[in-house]
Amino acid sequence: MTQAPQTPFALFDIDHLLSEEERAIRDVVREFVDSEIRPHIADWFESGSIPARELARDLGSLGVLGMHLEGYGCQGTSAVAYGLACLELEAGDSGIRSLVSVQGSLAMHAIRAFGSEEQKQDWLPRMATGEAIGCFGLTEADFGSNPSGMRTSARRDGDDWVLDGSKMWITNGSVADVAVVWARTDDGIRGFVVPTQTPGFRANEIHKKMSLRASVTSELVLDGVRLPADAVLPGVVGLRGPLSCLGEARFGIVFGTLGAARDSLQTAIDYSISREQFDKPIAAFQLTQKKLADMALELGKGMLLALHLGRLKDEHLIRPEQVSVGKLNNARESLAIARECRSILGGNGITLEYPVIRHMNNLESVLTYEGTNEMHTLVVGQALTGIAAYR
Amino acid sequence: MKIAVCVKQVPDTWAEKALKAADSTLDRDAADGVMNELDEYAVEEALKLTEAHGGEVVVVTMGPERAGETVRKALSMGADSGVHLVDETLHGSDALATSYALAEVLKDRGFDLVMFGSESTDARMSVVPAMVAERLGIAQLTFAQKVEVSGPTVTIQRATETGYDTVEAQTPAVVSVVEKINEPRYPSFKGIMAAKKKPVETLSVSDAGLDAARLGLSAAWSQVEDFAARPPKAAGTIVVDEGDGGAKLAGFLAEQKFI
Repeated sequence: MTQAPQTPFALFDIDHLLSEEERAIRDVVREFVDSEIRPHIADWFESGSIPARELARDLGSLGVLGMHLEGYGCQGTSAVAYGLACLELEAGDSGIRSLVSVQGSLAMHAIRAFGSEEQKQDWLPRMATGEAIGCFGLTEADFGSNPSGMRTSARRDGDDWVLDGSKMWITNGSVADVAVVWARTDDGIRGFVVPTQTPGFRANEIHKKMSLRASVTSELVLDGVRLPADAVLPGVVGLRGPLSCLGEARFGIVFGTLGAARDSLQTAIDYSISREQFDKPIAAFQLTQKKLADMALELGKGMLLALHLGRLKDEHLIRPEQVSVGKLNNARESLAIARECRSILGGNGITLEYPVIRHMNNLESVLTYEGTNEMHTLVVGQALTGIAAYR
Repeated sequence: MKIAVCVKQVPDTWAEKALKAADSTLDRDAADGVMNELDEYAVEEALKLTEAHGGEVVVVTMGPERAGETVRKALSMGADSGVHLVDETLHGSDALATSYALAEVLKDRGFDLVMFGSESTDARMSVVPAMVAERLGIAQLTFAQKVEVSGPTVTIQRATETGYDTVEAQTPAVVSVVEKINEPRYPSFKGIMAAKKKPVETLSVSDAGLDAARLGLSAAWSQVEDFAARPPKAAGTIVVDEGDGGAKLAGFLAEQKFI
């Protein structure tokens, strides 16, 4: 006996947990992804290039850039609405969601939270529209999980600051108009708002990636970059600054990864129903059904977790280790789902005709960036035992 | 300028549509409801006109409780307020009854323009705009691919099979639009968040002063006596080309009376 198939989220009645406003925001982003991203994404991924300027403007007019920030041309939505937008964007591609995460949760959030009034007025409105693109320089080639060891430095020269060093794995780096760069100073780690045309600033795009190919990734080189006194972010000294920005971006990833997983799983379900072997759909085999059922459970549980964390965040109750719980679980399970879906699609699963291997490869990066799988595990371990195993 | 836009909630365009066994009316629970696509173009055009000339946009719908979602979609696009005619008595209303109800709601509200999408994706009759114009006793400018307003004069390009006719009338007037007219905007997040604070007037049949005897399934001028599901697609015919493929194809087309 057959009946109409239902989607994994319908199985959990996820819509029941969303307000009409949240559903409306989700639907607008989903429509945008369907019409503006899906038709092109396989080509962008294959060619390893995106029309970043145009995309940023389109995303800006959609309203997703810094959407959860208040004022300065930002939309001021709830955290849950921001998460749902990330989910829909990443159902398109993790690279597109990365562009939005870095712009809104890293670069814009840093300026919004720690910037001077002038810095906010100067940058946030045009970053919200996508007219200006931002990037965020914390990670260095030799300092990934341990940013406190960074070598990039800023020294005073009269009233000016002079920055030297380099940053690695910087999303949006080569297309950015402004870089928020973190550097060691005599007082501790400080953030700087660096216009990318400043002499001595260079961004080298990283090629030969097998993941996040529809995303710009760069190395930033700072060679005697001279900045005026007011380029420093006045609101924070120490690693607390960049780490709080990362917490924002990770929150988006908690939801975002589920988008890639949902798109993979829906593709696999549809494929398994239409693909026939031994004169019946492969969906009729128990091995396939077990795969689908197990994946739907992980996807639904991940969504319940994401929504719970989103509600906590909207009540300003969320703690960093709780974001780690979400990022660890959802990045890990989404990657496992994408890999399993690839197996259901068989040979077809390795082509860009289907989104699955693209999501799978993208999620390898997402598992690592914004706090590695291992670091988040140790954060959770520390929360449970009181012992920081990484120190 | 005060513009009313009449919008309709219809089953999702891509969903399998079904009729209810009990009364042969559309099964609205069988699929998600969305704003009729052409109505989005009408909302967009109304917003553009008021952005250019000032004024307000009032979105009007007739439909069950959940059609309120469609009103809010239009509000989130930028319309200023809504009117929702909702009543059990309206269930099963045909085009004549719908135009009667809409005209009664619209009259005496001082609208300069009443705009519609030129057809709905569920009923596909394209007659309600003309009927409403007739009942209101005002001009109908239908199938517009372009609308211009200059003082009390409204001019449209009416799309035809070969090009367009230029048609002009004095306001108040009814305008229905085709999809060539514009590209509807996405609701902005600010618009979505603002929509729930915008006023929506909910009217019952008696609030609107309507005669219930002229409404609903029992008053419809036609009746669905029976219906059947579309038969499953038959297997296609494969023409094997043995040097005579062209002739075989032409023969097939002639047989099916395509040529």
